[in-house]
Amino acid sequence: MSNTLSVKERMSIERVAMPELPADLRSRNFEEVNLGLSHGQAVQEARRCLQCKNRGCVAGCPVGVSIPEFIDALASEELPRSAQILRRDNALPAVCGRVCPQETQCEALCVRGIKGEPVAIGYLERYVADWAMSHPELLQGDQAPAATGKSVVVVGSGPAGLTAAGELARLGHAVTIFEALHDTGGVLRYGIPEFRLPKDIIDREVALLTEQGVVIECNVIVGKTVTIAELRSDFDAIFIANGAGLPVMLNIPGENLKGVYAANEFLTRVNLMDAGRRDDSSTPIIKRREMAVIGGGNTAMDCVRTARRLGAERAMILYRRSEAEMPARVEEIKHAREEGVEFVMLTAPAAILGTADGWVSALRCLKMELGSPDESGRRRPQAIEGSEFELPAGVVIDAIGTGANPLLTSTAHDLFLNKSGNILIGSEEESNIPGVFAGGDIVRGGSTVILAMGDGKRAAAAIDKYLKRK
Amino acid sequence: MFEVISNEVLAENLHKMVLSAPRVARARKPGQFVMVRLDRGEERIPLTISDADPAAGTITLFIQAIGASTRKIVATKAGGSIRDLAGPLGKETRITNWGRVACVGGGVGTAVLFPLVKALAEAGNRITTIIGGRSSSLIILADELTPLSDTLIVTTEDGTLGIKGFVTSPLGDLLADPERVPQAVFAVGPVPMMKAVAEMTRKQRIETIVSLNPIMIDGTGMCGGCRVRIGSETRFACVDGPEFDAHLVDFDLLSDRLSIYRKEETAAHPLAECRIAGGIT
Ligand SMILES: Cc1cc2nc3c(=O)[nH]c(=O)nc-3n(C[C@H](O)[C@H](O)[C@H](O)COP(=O)(O)OP(=O)(O)OC[C@H]3O[C@@H](n4cnc5c(N)ncnc54)[C@H](O)[C@@H]3O)c2cc1C
Ligand SMILES: Cc1cc2nc3c(=O)[nH]c(=O)nc-3n(C[C@H](O)[C@H](O)[C@H](O)COP(=O)(O)OP(=O)(O)OC[C@H]3O[C@@H](n4cnc5c(N)ncnc54)[C@H](O)[C@@H]3O)c2cc1C
Ligand code: SF4
Ligand code: SF4
Ligand code: FES
Repeated sequence: MSNTLSVKERMSIERVAMPELPADLRSRNFEEVNLGLSHGQAVQEARRCLQCKNRGCVAGCPVGVSIPEFIDALASEELPRSAQILRRDNALPAVCGRVCPQETQCEALCVRGIKGEPVAIGYLERYVADWAMSHPELLQGDQAPAATGKSVVVVGSGPAGLTAAGELARLGHAVTIFEALHDTGGVLRYGIPEFRLPKDIIDREVALLTEQGVVIECNVIVGKTVTIAELRSDFDAIFIANGAGLPVMLNIPGENLKGVYAANEFLTRVNLMDAGRRDDSSTPIIKRREMAVIGGGNTAMDCVRTARRLGAERAMILYRRSEAEMPARVEEIKHAREEGVEFVMLTAPAAILGTADGWVSALRCLKMELGSPDESGRRRPQAIEGSEFELPAGVVIDAIGTGANPLLTSTAHDLFLNKSGNILIGSEEESNIPGVFAGGDIVRGGSTVILAMGDGKRAAAAIDKYLKRK
Repeated sequence: MFEVISNEVLAENLHKMVLSAPRVARARKPGQFVMVRLDRGEERIPLTISDADPAAGTITLFIQAIGASTRKIVATKAGGSIRDLAGPLGKETRITNWGRVACVGGGVGTAVLFPLVKALAEAGNRITTIIGGRSSSLIILADELTPLSDTLIVTTEDGTLGIKGFVTSPLGDLLADPERVPQAVFAVGPVPMMKAVAEMTRKQRIETIVSLNPIMIDGTGMCGGCRVRIGSETRFACVDGPEFDAHLVDFDLLSDRLSIYRKEETAAHPLAECRIAGGIT
């Protein structure tokens, strides 16, 4: 049916707008901002796709989702088929449809974006994935695989770990996930807030895994509760996906004042421990009228939008370059602005100032200007002399980045690491220790959900090969 | 789920709890702790592993109920369970044979001190243990510490047991006596006590180790909430500690950071207020 439309007809359809909660309402609660497309909107948007032969969009997706195929099935309103195509390529489509930086990946290379707006691939992916979640009975379940008798342990339940576990279970291996925290999901749960990614999506993905027989044990800190050496003797292979959970401190005076948070602490209190979000949470959080977040990535946007929701009248982003260089997703920046977040650009903090009794009171800042490009190609910010000024703030959140947490790797001395502490792997995701594989942020440093998942998938294939050889 | 095997009241608001946690029991070393979360919606609370029985798969915690979360934890009866318990966390104590060692414990700090005394005794050290509390009912573990120590000295602020006063006065006597002066001092207790001990041993350059108790969330080095100032460096107590060289610790910053949520905690649980004074802060 979708084939009956001519190119001209397809070209005449305008890109769908995502229905959203109104900004004044949502900036005071934690409900999901994007409400999702209606069936009619999704099918209409799917018909904008030109079904290109050279599939620029697929080349833009780090895991090569069969984009034209799943969109074509959706345009023909064959949702079970669309869902099956999507699921084959992407273990967590309901997550990726929501959090992938589509504008630099799949949608960046969509031909419709050359003249006008690209196909809303992310929205469509989310639509199909959400449909599949609410219609499990209409989907053909995977056939239970024959057990291979081999066992694999996965360290960490973030996107890399969950993806690898699903793939390995599908291949018939007995999979156990060890997670250090008391709940699953990694950054998907403790980092990315509910208003971008509802927690029940993670719960349902995790439930699917347990139905497939994956054993998930929380409160097991590999390196402490059990060692890599023990795991090597108890399991046939290991996949390490413990993420990049180590806050990078600002290293400026005043960073230990009361009211200064590292982004991970601020987000963990709210997202994992429900502070400020549920009345019955026992975990406290500091709220102030003026809350300043330092950084320009997704983490910074998540912190500042959370600060706004906790009641900050002035929720501010401080970034040392200009908005064009901010690494955050465009949609996050747009949403933040609509919600009343202030963007203080070309500004770097020099010191955090405090009251006599040790609480944060202000940031001493420097104005910056952009000089010549650095090795990353972005123009290097330089301080403007004599530009110092003070910005009042009762809470300051450091969201400048995270590094590799050494808790696990420091106890596995024979594991090869690079100088930043990331695990070194070969082409098959295998570390220098045979049977020990790694992927996601612990290998890449902070990256994206989809790249972490891609690693999980490739590692599962490599582990399968390794186990067959063994 | 982690089963509570037994739960005894040792003193007012002080409980000894034995829990089933086989992996932790096997892996733990003196000086390490666990993060405990009673149930959904509850806080994660750091508690020292005071003892462990790897064969039985159990660990022992001494818990002082000072706020809402610790009170709920100690209210769990034998046969009940704790939803989450993760560890062992933190660095193990560096144990060597110093010769003469003084171990100083204040309040529930004595519980944190206990596994250290045990390990130090096993390494052949001759130990003078000094424990103190506000009143005789708050003196804990004296019976358990006696066989491990050369000498055990008790102090109470109200004079109801042992020497009247603070732990610092018998320690002062020890430091002044060339025959008995220790080669190393371990001190665990309220921040002002640890600070006082650090000041006393600084002049004589006696190696002094304290166990710090900042507020923690994950306990794995992920959040940065437990940061402390050691010399000129910011360190995370949960992974770099909890034990540090007392002469390098910024105690004022530690007590200041411990007060961050005082308003929130007391607003939510007015009862907590009167207990803080006797707490480990
Ligand atoms: C606030 C924030 C917002 C983000 N927003 C986006 C976005 O919009 N889009 C996007 O694509 N990417 C985003 N990212 C990046 C993305 O979330 C990460 O790249 C991705 O989660 C990495 O996945 P992972 O599986 O490697 O690690 P993680 O998600 O970090 O998971 C690692 C897991 O391992 C556990 N673990 C750690 N140590 C141990 C141990 N010793 N033993 C057992 N378990 C352990 C951790 O508790 C955790 O659950 C964001 C990141 C943050 C912090
Ligand atoms: C490594 C480590 C080991 C510890 N071992 C033990 C132990 O073996 N036995 C024991 O009884 N306690 C121990 N503690 C202290 C214990 O964790 C706190 O008493 C507990 O977190 C207080 O929680 P609460 O909700 O009951 O009290 P809250 O209501 O949270 O707090 C009451 C008051 O105590 C302050 N406070 C909050 N967190 C802490 C903290 N971590 N330490 C001190 N004061 C705090 C609050 O600001 C408030 O003023 C240890 C702490 C650390 C960091
Ligand atoms: S997984 Fe991400 S990049 Fe790939 S098609 Fe989906 S939204 Fe685009
Ligand atoms: S590039 Fe765009 S129009 Fe072409 S197939 Fe991909 S999504 Fe459709
Ligand atoms: S408790 Fe989070 S880093 Fe120490």
